[in-house]
Amino acid sequence: MSTPTLTRKDFVTDQEVRWCPGCGDYAILAAVQSIFPELGIPREKFVVVSGIGCSSRFPYYMNTYGFHTIHGRAPAVATGVKTANPDLAVWLVTGDGDALSIGGNHLIHTLRRNVDLKILMFNNRIYGLTKGQASPTSEIGKRTKSTPFGSVDRPFNPVSLALGANATFVARSVDVNAPHLKATLRHAAEHKGAAFVEILQNCNIFNDGAWEPFEDKAVRDDNVVELKHGEPLIFGKNKDRGIRMAGPYRPEVVQLGNGVTEADLLVHDVAGPVAYATMLSQLEPPHFPMPIGVFRSVEAPCFDASVHEQIKSVIAKKGKGDLQKLLYSGDVWEVR
Amino acid sequence: MEAQAPPAQPKHEVKTLDRVVIRFAGDSGDGMQLTGTQFTATAAAVGNDLATFPDYPAEIRAPAGTLPGVSGFQLHFSSEDIYTPGDQPDVLVAMNPAALKVNLADLKAGGILIVNTDAFREMDLKKAGATTNPLEDGSLDGYRLFKVELTSLTRAALRETGLTHKDADRCKNFFALGMMYYLYNRPLSVSLDWIHKKFAAKPLLATANELALKAGYAYCEAAELFQVTYEVPPAKLSPGTYRNVAGNQALALGLVAAAECQGLPLFLGSYPITPASDILHELSQFKNFGVTTFQAEDEIAAIGAAIGAAFAGSLGVTTTSGPGMALKSEFMGLAIMVELPLVIVNMQRGGPSTGLPTKTEQADLLQALFGRPSEAPLIVLAAKSPADCFETAFEACRLAVRHMTPVILLSDGFIANGSEPWKLPRLEDLPRTRPQFRTEAEGFLPYLRDPETLARPWAVPGTPGLEHRVGGLEKADGTGNVSYDPVNHDKMVRLRAEKVARVARDIPPAVPEGEAEGGLLVVGWGSTYGAIAGATRRARTGGKRVSHLHLRHLNPFPENLEAVLRRYTRVLVPEINLGQLAFVLQGRYLVPVVSMTKVEGMPYREAEILKKIEELA
Repeated sequence: MSTPTLTRKDFVTDQEVRWCPGCGDYAILAAVQSIFPELGIPREKFVVVSGIGCSSRFPYYMNTYGFHTIHGRAPAVATGVKTANPDLAVWLVTGDGDALSIGGNHLIHTLRRNVDLKILMFNNRIYGLTKGQASPTSEIGKRTKSTPFGSVDRPFNPVSLALGANATFVARSVDVNAPHLKATLRHAAEHKGAAFVEILQNCNIFNDGAWEPFEDKAVRDDNVVELKHGEPLIFGKNKDRGIRMAGPYRPEVVQLGNGVTEADLLVHDVAGPVAYATMLSQLEPPHFPMPIGVFRSVEAPCFDASVHEQIKSVIAKKGKGDLQKLLYSGDVWEVR
Repeated sequence: MEAQAPPAQPKHEVKTLDRVVIRFAGDSGDGMQLTGTQFTATAAAVGNDLATFPDYPAEIRAPAGTLPGVSGFQLHFSSEDIYTPGDQPDVLVAMNPAALKVNLADLKAGGILIVNTDAFREMDLKKAGATTNPLEDGSLDGYRLFKVELTSLTRAALRETGLTHKDADRCKNFFALGMMYYLYNRPLSVSLDWIHKKFAAKPLLATANELALKAGYAYCEAAELFQVTYEVPPAKLSPGTYRNVAGNQALALGLVAAAECQGLPLFLGSYPITPASDILHELSQFKNFGVTTFQAEDEIAAIGAAIGAAFAGSLGVTTTSGPGMALKSEFMGLAIMVELPLVIVNMQRGGPSTGLPTKTEQADLLQALFGRPSEAPLIVLAAKSPADCFETAFEACRLAVRHMTPVILLSDGFIANGSEPWKLPRLEDLPRTRPQFRTEAEGFLPYLRDPETLARPWAVPGTPGLEHRVGGLEKADGTGNVSYDPVNHDKMVRLRAEKVARVARDIPPAVPEGEAEGGLLVVGWGSTYGAIAGATRRARTGGKRVSHLHLRHLNPFPENLEAVLRRYTRVLVPEINLGQLAFVLQGRYLVPVVSMTKVEGMPYREAEILKKIEELA
């Protein structure tokens, strides 16, 4: 049976999208709906699972199987879905509060297990649905409804956290950078294993402009460095700056020219050591550009597949379970 | 080396008894649980009816010789039907002063007391907090005391093995076991087989344990320790095939059997917790039945994954105890909202909070019935005995799938670890009901309801044309779209309640044992079954007008329950809590009941219930 060609429209539901006008989530929804038909997966095999928060309304707008679960726990439900049926393509949509605060435990364990899930974490550095409290990615000093005198709470770096959990695929992209976002989502889709994608997303109501330096076309090229496997780390509007190592774990920004050439720059390796990817994840303005793209992509056994392989191997060894034998085993005796 | 064969025939008087209760007590490192289970296996092989009650501390190894470190195993074996592990032991084996101190008060007056005198040195007494030596101060005068140098005798028996004292001492429980086999004229073969299987890879330990067992047996004979020994003939159980089973084991088998009979893959999401972990251990062994066991990062993820698996078409199960139930409650609400089948097993233990992890209690009934935000009804069942865990687990799975709802199955620490003979079901008698997975896209709506049960369709991801979204937000009836409409919410709240209420049509009516009406009705649920059944039968034999109703279905109740309660003059409800079922019965039916309560972390004794019955009937 051939799979009919799907289009973006096949993934649009009849439900009215109810994010605030101008929300970055619209751009992410459009990107996801546009890449799903390209993946060669029948629509009925997609399952979109989410937690709680603005981003987590996502499944209602995707015409696939969907499960809007409870706050922070989407990784648990998604793990159950994928482990019960590894044939499904399970995508998980979450936010910075959902994934890193109430659901932090589930996130790290899902990543270390390498469950074959695609995890899209929308990071807007604020609690939107509860109307504007500081989140675990809000910067120190941030004034919000819950931190009127400025936050004194040190934030997480989501990419560093995912790498710390030994995630096999870690990437970062930006809501309004459609070509980059789609390319990153395609990489995530192709990865066999847990794929963690931090998407910088603007909340124009409670935290407008949080990512402006990386979103605004006028300045973003000077503020981000795109990570491309096998290519040197070059950035800037004129592609004239790069990152090289001044010493062990001491990256520096250099101007190309005057004897500094591309050959002096760091060349990106998605299969490099975790320490290398972690070093990159720590780069940020004002001293460095913010890296976007795939930080790490390595192969490792997937939990869901391993579970079924083990079941198969036990059946091969012991034979398929026989209920009669199971119940009537051990020290049984007859009463006549 | 040659092991000495045990003497075949006793040359002294042998008395026949109907029933015996033995308690083995020692330090938690003394192997008392193993000794108890070995005696149990032999009693089962001999054909006795039996019931066991392991009672051990929460600490894996409390300081040796201290009171908190005492571990006990009580075993009741009989030539008649029995329902409980027995009220008071006829025999107490005490391996040290702490074990003696903790258990002596329970021993029957004039009961047999076997004491390891090697463990009564001054420092041992001190550790047990004894100011005088009970072997010398006359405090044991009311018992038939047998002082045995268990440690030295075991060391002597193992001298030729070359084992260190430390290793040899670990065999002294088998010496004690051998003595008990002599006292009750039991064969050694069951334990010898076990020893050789267990230590197949360690022949030295196999020899050592065999020597200790035989030495214990031979010592009784050589020393002419007992002038009288006993035998307990096989019980007249109803014909069939039996095996001895512990509650958690039966429960795990019930889940596997239910999944097989429904043609569903079983998915267990669990997190280690006493006393529920054994179900995880058991099910982990059954991978060749296609069973998936997922040891989650926490209690919440355990139930979450089970719900996810249920969404994907598996029979989702999660197992836990009180503290875990508290953590799972938000997910239970979700399962109720998305109307997916799920079985939540709560192995109740002493609480609240960490409470008494290894002790028993029945105090989570109200939590099971009402312990979730908002109107969140689900089915609640309770198992009444170790063997009954099989049937109750099977029933929980059946109801969950047929009615598309979560089910809470209550068991407790007492029946989780206790064991009894289980008359094995014939496979052809197990109902094989296949779930109706929706495949037809035409006319599909995610919240379209079965007119009889009100269950919504189970439409599993992967099925073309049935793509739909579920979630915790209120759903419009039928379409399942998010709805904030007030009238719809009221309708959905009532529909979810009605769906669970209608399960009453799908369960058997309440049928008390005893009189059809009049006199006293004792109503119980869960693990009090044995004590109540035994007490009510004895009371009836004694001429009392007493009946017994034991409820497996606690939500909904059987449809005829109110009518049944009204047929009796008085209703007594014994529970190991402060009157939770009594509260619900009175609240629901306005039927006055006498609530009997005890919350000691220990099961009821038959005699306690009997005494109350005699006061009332």
